[in-house]
Amino acid sequence: MKPPPFAYHAPTTLDEALQLMAEHGYGAKALAGGQSLIATMNFRLSIPSVLIDLNRIRELDYIEPAAGGGLRVGAMTRHAQVEKSELAAERAPLVHDTMPLIAHPQIRNRGTFGGSIAHADPAAELPAILRALQGRVKAQSARGERWIDADDFFVGLFATALEPDEIVTEVQLPPMPAHSGWSVQEVARRHGDFALVAAFALLSLDDKGACRDVRLTFCGVGEGPALAPSAAAALKGQQPSEQAIKEAAAAATNDVDPPGDVHASSQFRRHLVKILAERALSTAAARASGKEV
Amino acid sequence: MPQTMKINVTVNGVAYEREVEPRLLLSDFIRHELGLTGTHVGCEHGVCGACTILFDGLAVRSCLMFAVQADGHEIVTVEGLAPDSEHMHPLQEAFWEAHGLQCGFCTPGFLMTLKPFLEQNPDPTEEEIREAISGNLCRCTGYQHIVDAVKLAADKMKEAAS
Ligand SMILES: Cc1cc2nc3c(=O)[nH]c(=O)nc-3n(C[C@H](O)[C@H](O)[C@H](O)COP(=O)(O)OP(=O)(O)OC[C@H]3O[C@@H](n4cnc5c(N)ncnc54)[C@H](O)[C@@H]3O)c2cc1C
Ligand code: FES
Ligand code: FES
Repeated sequence: MKPPPFAYHAPTTLDEALQLMAEHGYGAKALAGGQSLIATMNFRLSIPSVLIDLNRIRELDYIEPAAGGGLRVGAMTRHAQVEKSELAAERAPLVHDTMPLIAHPQIRNRGTFGGSIAHADPAAELPAILRALQGRVKAQSARGERWIDADDFFVGLFATALEPDEIVTEVQLPPMPAHSGWSVQEVARRHGDFALVAAFALLSLDDKGACRDVRLTFCGVGEGPALAPSAAAALKGQQPSEQAIKEAAAAATNDVDPPGDVHASSQFRRHLVKILAERALSTAAARASGKEV
Repeated sequence: MPQTMKINVTVNGVAYEREVEPRLLLSDFIRHELGLTGTHVGCEHGVCGACTILFDGLAVRSCLMFAVQADGHEIVTVEGLAPDSEHMHPLQEAFWEAHGLQCGFCTPGFLMTLKPFLEQNPDPTEEEIREAISGNLCRCTGYQHIVDAVKLAADKMKEAAS
């Protein structure tokens, strides 16, 4: 099918884009990589009356260091750019390891970091990573700017805390904590398909080798990127032994209520949650204690 | 009257100026406005890869872009792959020789995906090849002959370069 008519604007500066968003409000949509939006418009699942194309705004395309060892990614930075970035590999290894799992090379040449966050697809990796790392999102409108923490940004199925006149302009990832390790574990039907389930772990150890902080998140298991607080609580203060990790992974299944669909039953997804949590936590723990994995 | 916009696009080295509706997909612009029907359309939601073209040198889905977005940009389609009417591109030769196609519907998308891939990875492993073509579906070949064709093309391209 083809999209119905819409009015098209291609601003070249952020200010212009924010003015257009303010003017058109609810009926308008920002067009980033289009790798989700145009597909849904072709099916008429999405019928915006105005499209504000962000692709000619150069100032939103960057990967830069943030103070203290973190990373700043401009909203219009393409997935392929992040995948290739040495700075991202060094400062956000969880993002670096995950990029090749997101869609296919041709999609990564267009799809954007900010678009993926703003789209809040429950099956998408980046929103779950943003929660695992406790990153934050810069939202700008003609009214001003504000920062939204990852835990507050995702509010439901394809739903975010953004107001209709706001656009995401930057995503910030904090520095990796001391003595920490990370891991992504994913099961998809074919390489590049959306994950059936993926688990993301960030784990840090104290000087006695016990778990100081644990963040475990999932995509593909519900209405949005899911946090597993019971798994984290089960592991906190414990030595990351095989047994402790098994128990934490089992606890993770209580944190999620995965849907069943044509791709996988709810039961199978729950099974994957446990298996992938176990792998992600043990890999992250091994890395945190300085082992090469 | 629907809004139309004037765009200037270079396709396979030829400059075009056209008046288009914003909702016209780049894939339809290439096929219907320019008559370059080598770019195929299978799914129109980014899954099959048949519509893959080069946009400023990068392989992208032309079904997930609007023609207006191509204003001022450079496109190469499968028609622009061969150096002249007498010769094929080494990739095309290799697909022919290694039986990398049957019905041929998917082939333009594979070729346009593989051109930049082989230019950047002249010596790919089988695993890298399979990953490179993960976003292109083929209903006929079972992929094995496509993988063989890519290896053959890599050899041909290295030979041509040396
Ligand atoms: C075949 C296929 C496979 C895919 N597989 C995966 C996968 O495995 N994992 C995965 O994570 N993704 C996958 N994707 C989606 C891809 O990563 C998209 O690029 C991404 O989800 C959306 O980014 P985009 O830049 O294309 O955004 P768009 O499609 O342009 O926009 C998506 C939505 O976000 C809004 N938006 C975009 N940018 C902003 C902004 N800066 N501020 C406010 N709102 C904004 C738009 O208005 C729209 O509602 C796949 C896509 C395809 C076609
Ligand atoms: S037609 Fe574009 S990916 Fe299928
Ligand atoms: S040769 Fe028929 S679809 Fe690939």
